[in-house]
Amino acid sequence: MSDVTTVLLAGVGGQGTILAGDVLAKVAVAAGYDVKLSEVHGMAQRGGSVDTVVRFGTKVFSPVIDPGTADHLIAFELIEAARKLPFVKPAGRLVVNTRTIQPLPVLTGTLAPPVGVVAALDYEGAIFLDAEELACEAGSPHSANIVLMGAASVGLPFDAAAWREVIASRVPPKTVDANLQAFELGRRACEGGACTV
Amino acid sequence: MSRTLMSGNEAVARGAWEAGAAVGVGYPGTPSTEVLENLVRYEGVHCEWAPNEKVAAEVAAGVSMAGARVLVTMKHVGLNVAADPLFTQAYAGVGGGLVYLVADDPGMHSSQNEQDTRNYAAAAKVPLFEPSDSTEALAFVKRAFEVSERYNIPVIVRTTTRVSHSKSLVECGDREQRLLPAYQKDAARFVMIPANARNRRVSLAQRLEELSSCVESCDENRIELRDTSLGVITSGIVYQYVRQALPEASVLKLGMVFPFPEKLILDFSSKVDRVAVIEELDPYLRLRVSALGVGVIETGLPCIGEYTPGIIATAFGVPAPELREPIKDLPPRPPLMCPGCPHRGVFYALRKLKAIVTGDIGCYTLGALPPLQAMDSCICMGASIGMAHGMGLVGSTDRPVVAVIGDSTFAHSGLTGLLDMVYNGGAGTVMILDNRTTAMTGHQGNPVSGITLAGDPAPAVDLEALVRVIGVASVREVDPHDPAEVLAVLREETAADHLSVIVAKAPCALLVREKADPFAVDEDACIKCGRCISLGCPAISKDPETSRAVIDATLCVGCGQCVRVCRSDAIMPSGAACDIGGRWS
Ligand SMILES: Cc1ncc(C[n+]2csc(CCOP(=O)(O)OP(=O)(O)O)c2C)c(N)n1
Repeated sequence: MSDVTTVLLAGVGGQGTILAGDVLAKVAVAAGYDVKLSEVHGMAQRGGSVDTVVRFGTKVFSPVIDPGTADHLIAFELIEAARKLPFVKPAGRLVVNTRTIQPLPVLTGTLAPPVGVVAALDYEGAIFLDAEELACEAGSPHSANIVLMGAASVGLPFDAAAWREVIASRVPPKTVDANLQAFELGRRACEGGACTV
Repeated sequence: MSRTLMSGNEAVARGAWEAGAAVGVGYPGTPSTEVLENLVRYEGVHCEWAPNEKVAAEVAAGVSMAGARVLVTMKHVGLNVAADPLFTQAYAGVGGGLVYLVADDPGMHSSQNEQDTRNYAAAAKVPLFEPSDSTEALAFVKRAFEVSERYNIPVIVRTTTRVSHSKSLVECGDREQRLLPAYQKDAARFVMIPANARNRRVSLAQRLEELSSCVESCDENRIELRDTSLGVITSGIVYQYVRQALPEASVLKLGMVFPFPEKLILDFSSKVDRVAVIEELDPYLRLRVSALGVGVIETGLPCIGEYTPGIIATAFGVPAPELREPIKDLPPRPPLMCPGCPHRGVFYALRKLKAIVTGDIGCYTLGALPPLQAMDSCICMGASIGMAHGMGLVGSTDRPVVAVIGDSTFAHSGLTGLLDMVYNGGAGTVMILDNRTTAMTGHQGNPVSGITLAGDPAPAVDLEALVRVIGVASVREVDPHDPAEVLAVLREETAADHLSVIVAKAPCALLVREKADPFAVDEDACIKCGRCISLGCPAISKDPETSRAVIDATLCVGCGQCVRVCRSDAIMPSGAACDIGGRWS
């Protein structure tokens, strides 16, 4: 049971965590693992905090996880990265998109924007990248989720070729090239083990 | 056969298709919605959305009486609506297999309550299956059809959010080919006048008696003996949590929980030293196990909310893993209306009107949250209209009372409330928010939008003609993107001494493919009045330094509501957005 790897994808409703989680789960299936994935539908998809959990190993029981149990956090947004931090094992890997989407209470001036989040995550050993910028560079601003999967892939035990195959089969046909490029850029940004802020 | 990754809902659909179901019918509701959205993609099965769950169950009753297999789908609260046909269907029995897929939502991710459907099975006296993953979802649905026909009874398959919306590996099979029998009238069975119903009540008891022996030996209920110092009785998704949290414990895994397998419980209890019952929501199993005289250990686990493996592990003294220090003072992120949502303009006007708003369920319920906070109630689908009428009967307030209801919700159960207002001389104001779709659950068609589940056009109900013909005195249409117009019409109609319906018509922002150019704030003209910010649009924020409004061009879809509420004409078109982010497209 301890051979199960847990990946937590966290973001804001509408950011494409569901597709990214699906890609990861399919890559893990192709590699012969037992896989479970759990995702959020409904109310939270309207701009709330959302997460997708992907777990793979010889035999996976629960699709749901507890604090302190994720091996990887792939955060699509900075504040959500901070929110989900307690779910990650102390030795877990943190891949964090530097983009911030301020929650409504902050936009309306009711609450102050959080301060020091980047520093706190940096202290926790996060790897940062600007997924939106790399997505634009790849030719599709909508491929930020795939950039992040490229960054995630560096820490996961799957061939880049397997990722590419699943991505190509899973994104809209017209965007295959841009998404493959997005994956490449995300992967390259993390290959040295660290990305820059 | 290769293994495919499927959600519980996809697997339920697959199971119904493999079982040869001829028809799938239901009403959307998280977490059940994707079952029919997947089933409709299969060849040879006709699928449709009904306006509500009761109608869906009645359509299913007809399909079954005609001899074909049918799946009817809904969320837990949908069964409250469909309970009437279900309870009597149990007496009548079935023709073709009749399976209800009912999805519960422990933890209320997307629901107004967390009722436990297992109680309905016991109350309606119909068998209930509870899968714990997608493989079982597929298999149990097929079994449910067999059981339905073999024991002549409707059957419930109950999932929970974590079964419906988690994916696991499934092996698919082929579709069973079924011959349709010629229809034969059987009035003694299907005409439930008291004389027949009395006979069928006795028959139902006999059928349950036969089922009682089925549950003792069926494959869906199994004993897994490991360390016998602790034996856990569990069902559904909680089985997976127990296996992870207490890997050594012996387990009685129940897949069919009504009728209750008494002998199996006693047998299992005799094989282990201590018995624990672990289940989410109501103590359905625990009360029944205790009633058999089995001593059950106190776990301290709650009957409110969702479990996780960690909650169970902690209850049994397993040490929690080491945690990272949480980062403090993070702002919460509640769900919100999208940029360009037509509901926003309506709630802005209702807030200005200082109306008492009896609300209803849909995306527009988000109008209850800050900053608009313009909703006083939301109880169940359709309640807005009856509640507005009820408040009007008491007359304890001078403030205007307005019922607010979405198009899908109006078709679901708003029309009967409106009939009541007409019939009993109500003089209130009802707003129908017609965004041309059932948005909250992911954009399903409905009778008002005139799009079927298969995506085909259907006659779209003319709401104004409809409410006029049932006798509503005043019927108005407004553009929700113009809050001033909405407010003016609301003022007139709430002041008048007649029943009025105001239809706010504009498509859901997520359905509008061509985004208009975004707007921008002219810094010099902005007088910092905060009106646009009080709309609560995520594209508009207050600059912390200058207190002026700022519009995020990557989020703005150009609906123009802020332009219309701006006091100083400070908001103007900005040309095309630099395309980055795409969070809302
Ligand atoms: C009895 C019942 N069935 C289903 C649901 C799930 N549900 C909540 S809101 C909604 C429909 C909302 O559609 P509409 O009224 O058109 O409002 P919109 O979301 O489009 O604003 C549904 C199906 C429910 N809460 N209760």
